[in-house]
Amino acid sequence: MIYPPTTVYFFATCLIDAFFPQAGLAAMRLLEKAGVKVVFPRRQSCCGQPAYNAGYVQQARQAARHQLKLFTSPYPIVVPSGSCAAMMKIHYPRLFAGTVDETAARRFAGRVYEWSEFLVRILHIRLTDCGRPVAVTWHSSCHALREMGVTEDAKALIRQLENVTMKPLKNEEECCGFGGTFAVKQPALSAAMVRDKVDDIVGTGAGIVLAGDCGCLMNINGALAHQGASATGLHLAQFLWERTHVPRADL
Amino acid sequence: MNDPSRRRILSRIRSSLKSVTPENPPSAPAPAPKRTPAARIKHLTQRMTAVHAEVHVVEKTHWTETFKALAAEKNWREIACGSGHPLIDELKMAWQTDANDLPVLTPCTAASAPFKARLFQVDAGITSTMGAVADTGALIVWPTPAEPRLLSLVPPVHVALLPAERIYNSLAEAMTEQKWKAGMPGNALLISGPSKTADIEFKLVYGVHGPRELMVLMLV
Amino acid sequence: MYRAQTFDFKKNVQAALADRRLRRNLRAAMDILIDNRHKAFPDAAALERLRSRGHAIKQHALNRLPRLLEELEGRCRENGMQVHWAETAAEANDTVLSIVRAHAARFLVKGKSMVSEEIHLNAFLARHGIEAVETDLGEFIIQLCRETPSHIIVPAIHKNRQEVARILHQQIPDAPYTEDVEELTAIARHTLRRRFAEARVGISGVNMAVAETGTLVLVENEGNGRMCTSVPEVHIALMGIEKVIARLDDVPPLLRLLTGSATGQIITTYVNMITAPRRKGEKDGPREVHLILLDNRRSHILADPELRQILMCIRCGTCLNHCPVYTRIGGHAYGHVYPGPMGQVFTPLIEGVQETGELADASSLCGACEAVCPVKIPLPALLRRIRRERAQPHSAQGGGRLKNMAEAAVWKGWALANVFPVLNQAAVKAGAKTGRLPTVAGPLKQWTNVRTAPRFADRTLHAMLNATGDGDE
Repeated sequence: MIYPPTTVYFFATCLIDAFFPQAGLAAMRLLEKAGVKVVFPRRQSCCGQPAYNAGYVQQARQAARHQLKLFTSPYPIVVPSGSCAAMMKIHYPRLFAGTVDETAARRFAGRVYEWSEFLVRILHIRLTDCGRPVAVTWHSSCHALREMGVTEDAKALIRQLENVTMKPLKNEEECCGFGGTFAVKQPALSAAMVRDKVDDIVGTGAGIVLAGDCGCLMNINGALAHQGASATGLHLAQFLWERTHVPRADL
Repeated sequence: MNDPSRRRILSRIRSSLKSVTPENPPSAPAPAPKRTPAARIKHLTQRMTAVHAEVHVVEKTHWTETFKALAAEKNWREIACGSGHPLIDELKMAWQTDANDLPVLTPCTAASAPFKARLFQVDAGITSTMGAVADTGALIVWPTPAEPRLLSLVPPVHVALLPAERIYNSLAEAMTEQKWKAGMPGNALLISGPSKTADIEFKLVYGVHGPRELMVLMLV
Repeated sequence: MYRAQTFDFKKNVQAALADRRLRRNLRAAMDILIDNRHKAFPDAAALERLRSRGHAIKQHALNRLPRLLEELEGRCRENGMQVHWAETAAEANDTVLSIVRAHAARFLVKGKSMVSEEIHLNAFLARHGIEAVETDLGEFIIQLCRETPSHIIVPAIHKNRQEVARILHQQIPDAPYTEDVEELTAIARHTLRRRFAEARVGISGVNMAVAETGTLVLVENEGNGRMCTSVPEVHIALMGIEKVIARLDDVPPLLRLLTGSATGQIITTYVNMITAPRRKGEKDGPREVHLILLDNRRSHILADPELRQILMCIRCGTCLNHCPVYTRIGGHAYGHVYPGPMGQVFTPLIEGVQETGELADASSLCGACEAVCPVKIPLPALLRRIRRERAQPHSAQGGGRLKNMAEAAVWKGWALANVFPVLNQAAVKAGAKTGRLPTVAGPLKQWTNVRTAPRFADRTLHAMLNATGDGDE
């Protein structure tokens, strides 16, 4: 990567595309504000993680190959999700080991960054808080924490906002129970885990729970709403954008 | 060997591993931090005391007197011991030359069965040690013909005689300096405290199947 | 809970989740074990180095397994032990039985051994009129209420003191009812002491076996292991073939990893290293020591370079302690001897991927286990691999089924939508009209038991950007 980078690719993730497009826009806007041009290759879809985790390797490769072919220029690929970033960075080389796409996969993987990691470590973004005092809590998404190691970067971004207080969860690092197809295949276990996560969130008294992964957010928000809790979950990008900018008509 | 199971197992393992190129064994780690002898004594005492061992630092010259006093305090009626070790010889001498009312000192000279039964009845068993390991807080005990295995296991109290100059920094150091590789005893033990369990609700209880008490006389 | 005749994992999970007392006991217990481990390894960098070393030692041992097993056998025999090779569980059981019969023993005393659970030794011996008396306190309690252990290290952790009090009072003649934990322990000590004294045969497991010196290493806190291996005339040691390590020097780091990970101790009360039966002139110790080397599919597992990594497991139990699934359902729900993440990989490999591969689905792949495994087994990768084997109709490990076919169809459709994103976009557009993901029926229905259904956005990000032209190259 040339340093400092002038252009980046944005891989939005399928969940952001279908369910949280505002978070995707916010993530792109913040990258632009930090001084890079953001390119969104049309026709991008899913990184392939769900099939990969379920053991359907051929299908995972099909989806992954599609992405490999889209991001052809040598720009960094910024991903607003720890699990999708990990899939591409760590697992694509494994997925394609021993196949004709192995070299392409490695090159691709070498360009992948999780969004908060890129803003903090590469772009050194500075944020100014325009919002009123608020208490938030942070949920550490599993792959962001353990595979990508970007939790501290996310927290560093939040800490830049002077009117935001962070209230820690008791079990911040415990899985929320989404796990992609796990929530569908093992619903009772997933339910038990998300219920505990929600109790933990409500217990902090924070009005907002932040996470860097939309799978977790979908799971947690669904459970919060089901319980009628007043707390709500937001993607870190959306929260940061809303805190640092006056609302605009097109958002 | 003409054992068919053995043949089949080994042959299957070999064929399973045939594409593996043997690599060098893992290299030795950086040596553990070394403490001064005084620091080792302190660290060992701390570790063992934390798991309810009773540690008495006593002068080599009058350890038997201290031991007599402790035995009296604890109201022991009978103590089992081994033989053939200079410290145990000292002990027997101290007993023989004392006219006072002392607990019975029973050396394990008898053959297996009768003495085994006896061990279930005495109040304490006293053994020598090969030394100790400071970093984990454990005694090194090597049973011998003179000091059998059950002597440090069956009586409710195990008294261990530890010369302070034989405290090693780590197990690795002890193994190297004492050349364990060259000849392991039939049974070698590390003993760090009295027996214990937390199997019921994690409540720690001392004295399960092994000794209820471990008393260490650290001889300086 | 006995292992069910037909293994209904989902049902077990539901039952376990509904058991409030179990969940409370488990949560409290796992939190303690997690905290203990954390305190046992205060220096994170040193722990990392130690884990890497542990990994290297175990990997090296597996890579040289046949030579090490031969070396171990040779040394053990030189030292006076007898070594038996058992290809199957049945063979191991038969070997134990023949040794017991040769000594006309009607009962034996037993230290904790996961391998003995794996081969169902106690039930086998019982069928042949031999009583196997469990002597580890947790196992003793479990045996009295005819259960199986629910955790590798703390087998009775799902029981509270009232339950234990009731069990001992009911099952042991003349035992008073007491909820005092010290008194309960004293009852067990008293009861078992007699058995130790009278037993002709003692059985134990093996934590690690050193090929270089022919030494069996056993760790414990209670002293029952030493009693089982030193008091009776005969000692039988049961060991999986993967437990062999190359050198005596390998013992200190593995010991530290094992005790620190299992119970958060820097060392157990006793580390018992057995190299020989009673030698000439010695007054005690067993006259015979028998080492049984058990294969039971391990030599097959070894053939797969990826799956073979599960054989590095040192049975510390820490993956269980850190697993959000295990914490909520406990060991019995898994229905097999080895629970938790390592069990979800190992069980399908020894009992069959089609029969028990479902176990590997009970994971969100959060990675908490991998982060703490003392020998760095890549458990999430192995779980994915088990899932992959199960999904393949004709793979070496798996075999096809109707349910697999239905799922395979889903993934094929999914792949199509991701290669032709216009399909994706159309699906989302259609979904957005109804507002929410259809969760009335099918696998998504249970989502709404505890959550509101996810809402499709009115327009996808693709659509928004197409409209504004943002993000073009």
